[in-house]
Amino acid sequence: MKKTYKIDVDCANCANKMEVAAKETKGVKDATVNFMTLKMIVEFEDGADVSTVMQDVLTNCKKVEDDCEIFL
Amino acid sequence: MNKKQKKVLVRILIAAALLVVYALVPWEQMGSYGPGIKLVAYMVPYLVIGWDILRKAWKGIGNRQVFDENFLMAVATLGAIGCGIAGTGDYVEAVAVMLFYQVGELFQSYAVGKSRRNISELMDIRPDYANCLVDGNWQKVDPEEVAIGSRILVNPGEKVPIDGIVRKGISTLNTAALTGESLPRDVVEGNEIISGCINMTGVLEIETTKEFGESTVSKILELVENASSRKSKSEEFISKFARVYTPVVCYLALALALLPPVVLWVMGEAPSFGVWVYRALTFLVISCPCALVISIPLTFFAGIGGASREGILVKGSVYLENLSKVTHVVFDKTGTMTQGVFEVVGIHHNSMEEKELLRLAAHAEAHSSHPISKSLLKAYGGTLEPTILGSVEEIAGEGVVAQVENKTITIGNSKLMKRYHIAYTDCHSVGTIVHIAVDGEYAGHIVIADVEKPTAKEAIRKLHQAGIAKTIMLTGDAKNVAEVVAKDLGIDEVYGELLPATKVEKLEEILKQNQGRGKVAFVGDGINDAPVLSRADLGIAMGAMGSDAAIEAADVVLMDDDPLKIAQGIRLSRKCLRIVYENIYFAIGIKVLCLLLGALGIANMWAAIFADVGVMILAVCNAIRALWAGK
Repeated sequence: MKKTYKIDVDCANCANKMEVAAKETKGVKDATVNFMTLKMIVEFEDGADVSTVMQDVLTNCKKVEDDCEIFL
Repeated sequence: MNKKQKKVLVRILIAAALLVVYALVPWEQMGSYGPGIKLVAYMVPYLVIGWDILRKAWKGIGNRQVFDENFLMAVATLGAIGCGIAGTGDYVEAVAVMLFYQVGELFQSYAVGKSRRNISELMDIRPDYANCLVDGNWQKVDPEEVAIGSRILVNPGEKVPIDGIVRKGISTLNTAALTGESLPRDVVEGNEIISGCINMTGVLEIETTKEFGESTVSKILELVENASSRKSKSEEFISKFARVYTPVVCYLALALALLPPVVLWVMGEAPSFGVWVYRALTFLVISCPCALVISIPLTFFAGIGGASREGILVKGSVYLENLSKVTHVVFDKTGTMTQGVFEVVGIHHNSMEEKELLRLAAHAEAHSSHPISKSLLKAYGGTLEPTILGSVEEIAGEGVVAQVENKTITIGNSKLMKRYHIAYTDCHSVGTIVHIAVDGEYAGHIVIADVEKPTAKEAIRKLHQAGIAKTIMLTGDAKNVAEVVAKDLGIDEVYGELLPATKVEKLEEILKQNQGRGKVAFVGDGINDAPVLSRADLGIAMGAMGSDAAIEAADVVLMDDDPLKIAQGIRLSRKCLRIVYENIYFAIGIKVLCLLLGALGIANMWAAIFADVGVMILAVCNAIRALWAGK
């Protein structure tokens, strides 16, 4: 399952870091962050609980870039 | 500028003003307290401009993000202050580095925000409301709530919110936002109308034929908004590079701070730690990869934006990249290079006025639902008079014998002529030949054919001009028809009488021949083209007339069906990619140069931060150029 989220982040490299952080989160099969359109497209693993996974994604992203936001 | 940006600007101005004032203060004449006062004084602008970076750096340490650029900036500037305390007494450098770093960040966020807005304005085709007829009154409603078959009113200046048919009114439409075509289109009662156009002159009453979600405008917005989920190779390269670059430069900095002094010490010379630590700190300033990382996606974004303004929708940066590498273009014929509608293209050997012949032919074929009768009627142009038509006998696969104005009209193919022993003249034109005899006397033949798009020939010429190695046509149409069309258009290779499945096979053959040598693009429109479109390296669909399946399977959609746009798209993508490579080489080149000069002690921290911010600003400006590519 794929879902798209709006995000807010200031620098392009931070967006890349968020992408890596999201990819490494458990329950996430693949993730893409598009800095220009400020969107994060997350593909979840089968049977993953979307809302808890996204909470983890947000925490992990905050770790690599404090100044970011994902609008869940 | 938004609030965040304004705040940073104010901080930049305060810090810059303080630096200027401090430059005039005679610190040396303050006696023994001078250095202390100077340090404290300089800490004010340093903290004003850098507090958030220090805070982020601190948080980064907590999260073990050592290669975070805030952390690196903090280390570099604090180190510079340390150098100042230890000897040089110069704190301007630390503040300046922080200052220019912030200027760069501000410029970057401003430029990105600006181009984001620019491009979304280009694609601003989403209608906010629809004037819908509810209980006899016109009411403004959400377009999503309008059911199929409702009546909607579009005033001059408003966007057409939903696809439909004009029921009342005459107007001129601006389709530029959809197709990039600046020529306005006229509509009258009975015309189909697609959403996203802007009504310019008259009030139109429209009967909707689709729901909002199925309308052209929603489809296009969906395409554009979901674009670039797949990243191009250059983007992936640059994000991988950034991931490696920062740590490598940091380790180099560490080595630079430790190794030379140790070597010097072993050799019995003065280790001069201060010099090497300073050079290492210069490295840290250069280690920020932001110029690189920002300019590449920005270029692609601007390129995609510029393309959509021209009516070329590219579904993502990876496709823009592929488009620039296309060497072989494979075409479908009907609907792609030709109009896909059959028209009377010639009347030969006629014994009576063309108009009269067409009138008789149109009446004789009036009852047939065959596309040929439609094109006859269209060519005739007048209205049918059912009263003059007598008995009609249809001979399947051959034609019709009908009584029109008490004359026996025999109309059909050569088999029909043979059946009635009418001497006919063969035609060497390509197309469907309709022979006509009046009362047993041969009266001539009408040639009906699919007409080439007016720009098709020019499109092929432009493609060859752009350096496309080969153009190939695949079609389900008869071989001789295909060959004549291909020859006329200047297409290099042609394969006719292909079924949808054999089309895919043929394309796979072409793909195999060109493996690793360049990309193969397929341009098509019909439903049966969808498998070929998705199989090709790059699928290009004709948008307005093409089927939804084809548009979904394609990577690039040409909104106004003009084959000329293929060459334009290729030119545009190449320019975009050229800018991408310029930025990559330029930014990496300057960084490496600065690292070298920094290691040798020729470039100081000032040079480093100027190079860093300067490169970023130039790269961003260069990237934005892609918006106007392909003109």
